[in-house]
Amino acid sequence: MRRAILAVTATVAGLVALLSFKTHSSERTVAAAQPAASLPPGERAITGNVADTAYGPVQVQVVVKATKIVKVNILEQPTSTQNDLQIGQFAFPRLIAETLSAQSARIDTVSGATYTSGGYVKSLQSALDNGA
Amino acid sequence: MPSATPVIDVRVRHAEHVMGTVVSFDVPASARADGSLDAAIRWLHWADRVFSPYRADSDVSLLARAEITVDGCAPEMAEVIAACAFIHDLSGGYFTASPGGQFDPSGYVKGWAVERAAALLSRAGSADHLVNGGGDVQCAGGRGAGEPWRVGIADPLRPGRLALVVEARDCAVATSGTAERGPHIVDPHTGRPAAGLASLTVIGPSLALADAYATAAFAMGPSLARDWTDCLDGYEAFAITESGKTWQTPAFARHLTPT
Repeated sequence: MRRAILAVTATVAGLVALLSFKTHSSERTVAAAQPAASLPPGERAITGNVADTAYGPVQVQVVVKATKIVKVNILEQPTSTQNDLQIGQFAFPRLIAETLSAQSARIDTVSGATYTSGGYVKSLQSALDNGA
Repeated sequence: MPSATPVIDVRVRHAEHVMGTVVSFDVPASARADGSLDAAIRWLHWADRVFSPYRADSDVSLLARAEITVDGCAPEMAEVIAACAFIHDLSGGYFTASPGGQFDPSGYVKGWAVERAAALLSRAGSADHLVNGGGDVQCAGGRGAGEPWRVGIADPLRPGRLALVVEARDCAVATSGTAERGPHIVDPHTGRPAAGLASLTVIGPSLALADAYATAAFAMGPSLARDWTDCLDGYEAFAITESGKTWQTPAFARHLTPT
């Protein structure tokens, strides 16, 4: 379960980091939440808290089978501007793919060029530390 | 009194902002209960106060300004200076404790301090733990169930992705590169930023040495680094060049995951 929770955290952290790049107008509409359809046996859905970003609220749901994430759903995302739509169309699918690939690597830690205190926030290590 | 309950292996993760970066701990719950995690954190802050070149009142700053002698410093100063001199000579001067002409052993101190922090945990009885100082790792034992720790090596050319995964048990994994802070590693012989490599990883028993070796080899550039790391006893290297080519020392393959 720990690995699965880790991946949820990584996804939310990634989305929040992405959405924090630019300031955003206050006007927004929110996509309707889509409840998980009936799941196959052995799978269950875990819904994360709504994360407030500069663009508006984002909510992520993962579908877990045993201890592995098999699907990531974006329940809530900003859709008011062209930029929002592009994020929804291009960035979310990529972040979801990265989440699933980091999970399949089953890593405990990351070695790389030394990050600063600020750089740590955006690092995969940060997501791992928050996963426990 | 209730009878003894079965021991459950609960692990603790902790991230400490210190030495200009973040040091991450993955330790057994016993390390929090017996105070050794706190002791390791206090040690890191002490090392930062004594060895930081960014603090005007640190021993390193006072020594650099010749306001005190080594005898007036913390006893660890002599040990650090001797280790830096050893690596300087072993690397043909590509590692230096005086980058830019001023005494600054930072290139050695972080790895050394993190290795000591891990040793503190071992001495308190922890068999399985991992300490990651800003991307440089010292581990003991494994991740549990008889498995070694799995350490992802960051891909310097694709931020957020891994280049490969290595297995580690009772050893250190250190990586030098430009991905996080730009071209900051200087070739001491030319005074210019080292070129040719995107990142270089060293695996071996001691993080103090692995980290310093990685820095020295990165400064050497791809071709000299390959020859030099081939000759290092007990330490293996993996490198990614600026153009994305990779090479590794022969025994590095022992650390690669089967998949």
